Amino acid sequence: MSAPVMSANALARHYQVGGGLFAKPQTLRAVQRVDFNLYPGKTLAVVGESGCGKSTLARMVTMIEEPTAGDLMLDGKPVVKANWPHMRSDVQIVFQDPYGSLNPRQRIGTILMEPLVINRSDMSAAEREAKAREMIGLVGLRPEHFDRYPHMFSGGQRQRIAIARALMLDPKVLVLDEPVSALDVSIQSAVLNLLVDLQEQMNLAYLFISHDLSVVRHVCDDIIVMYLGQAVETGPKDAVFAAPRHPYTKALLSATPRAEPGAAKDRIKLTGELPSPMANLPGCPFAPRCWKVQDLCRAERPELTGAPQAAACHFPLE
Amino acid sequence: MTDTTAPNPAPVPATDETARPGRLREFWFYFRENRGAVFGLWVFAAFVICAAFGPFLAPYDPTEQFRQFALLPPAWQEGGSWSYPLGTDPLGRDMLSRLIVGARFSFFVGVIVVTIAASGGILVGMIAGFAPQWLDSIIMRIMDIILAFPSLLLALVLVAILGPSLTNAMIAIAIVLQPHYVRLTRASVLAEKQKDYVTSARVAGAGLLRLMFVTVLPNCLAPIIVQGALSFSTAILDAAALGFLGMGAQPPTPEWGTMLAEAREFILRAWWVVTFPGLAILITVLAINLMGDGLRDALDPKLKRS
Repeated sequence: MSAPVMSANALARHYQVGGGLFAKPQTLRAVQRVDFNLYPGKTLAVVGESGCGKSTLARMVTMIEEPTAGDLMLDGKPVVKANWPHMRSDVQIVFQDPYGSLNPRQRIGTILMEPLVINRSDMSAAEREAKAREMIGLVGLRPEHFDRYPHMFSGGQRQRIAIARALMLDPKVLVLDEPVSALDVSIQSAVLNLLVDLQEQMNLAYLFISHDLSVVRHVCDDIIVMYLGQAVETGPKDAVFAAPRHPYTKALLSATPRAEPGAAKDRIKLTGELPSPMANLPGCPFAPRCWKVQDLCRAERPELTGAPQAAACHFPLE
Repeated sequence: MTDTTAPNPAPVPATDETARPGRLREFWFYFRENRGAVFGLWVFAAFVICAAFGPFLAPYDPTEQFRQFALLPPAWQEGGSWSYPLGTDPLGRDMLSRLIVGARFSFFVGVIVVTIAASGGILVGMIAGFAPQWLDSIIMRIMDIILAFPSLLLALVLVAILGPSLTNAMIAIAIVLQPHYVRLTRASVLAEKQKDYVTSARVAGAGLLRLMFVTVLPNCLAPIIVQGALSFSTAILDAAALGFLGMGAQPPTPEWGTMLAEAREFILRAWWVVTFPGLAILITVLAINLMGDGLRDALDPKLKRS
């Protein structure tokens, strides 16, 4: 396998919250100790329920926020704040909400050319425009869309524009923060197919963040399942989907709607509460909701073990 | 801002379909849909013409006194004369000439006050919106202090310190109006800053200045334009009020507020000396407010049809 274009080692992001006049500030561990490798032309999916730290991970990877701890390497060079300005153009992002991610005051042409204006000041205005027009065609929009405003487009078209903007700087890594979950199901597949085509053409590495497992099954190569800021299971897509080792992954998979009418409804219903991300429990964070919980789970935190399909569980499923 | 999208894009030859009408024509197309705004615009245009060419339009010198015709009623009333269509004031000066020339003072008050208050207010509000919490708090508390004074009273105090004149009145009114712009800009900036397009501009590498003035500011302009139009009229009103209180323009300047003040004692005897300056203020202010509304509608791309 080729060298990873981006790799993260024990990436963590903590927030200080509260800390009013009388309250002590508490530490919210949004992401703790996440490792991953991104390969060119491959898609890594990050899945998990709301509040599990998926979007925080995206914000760290796209250099919007600095990690509290851990290393992030891009092309073998460390991503630290001092390097951000000239590393920016290699990592771009597509947001979930296509209605908020385009500047309503700018025409599509201006939106697409802005990254070039900022980062490629040696380019002439004509070159920029030519490139923007080429990109419009590449993402499946028509040339006359160049001079229109975002509000004249549908959600799917806006998402295409957002993808075009992200690709203007020829990035190596594209972070897709739930790129299709705000779209109609019929549009979803069109946008997903576009993403797959673009990946093949440009050899892009995707970090695909989603809570929709059927979408993930369609596009990704590898998968990270996150729970309360931690990776609880990682591995190749086929292995994880075929035989999940962590109980949380199994519960998540069982919650995916199936298209077959006769399929067995063996859905696992989780009981119990999601622990507060501010409470630093000694044991496994999934213990309060797990149906296989034992005393060891409450006392000791499991490490992510096993290759290639790793799971953070004392009693992994077979 | 978007100089890159000229009407006829250069490198790729534009077909008739991709070319779009000029920016001004497009603006007029949307502005025209609001009848009140168009009416306001015409009145405002008349006001501007009076302000620019007042001395040439006025039949008499505004300060010339025709003693034998003091307090002459308007032409259509008994005893009136068509040589003084709107009558004369207690010193025998022609009302119409004074009103026409007076437009100039009101117009300059509006333009200068709005320019100073808006540019200062937008800048400070923008800084407050992007600043760290402590700086934001300091700025906003100072603005709260200014807002805590009744605005006319604060303007009065400032004029008392600076000395009564129209220039000082304008400075005082601008300072009094500034906090409104600061608050408005800051509130819009805070709301806009959360949106994804700002984050994506940041991911694309936009610096703080670009983020402030290219990305965020154009999206905050709609309420600021309305506020600008409204405070244009507020400025005229405040200047008139200061003039009425003897702290603005000094006689014999034909400023509308000052004219009202001079005519106070004749309210019961000669209605025209107070009614016409008052009407002039009312119509101008109303027209500007209508126009401001139309401006907002025409400048907001979200209200445009595709």
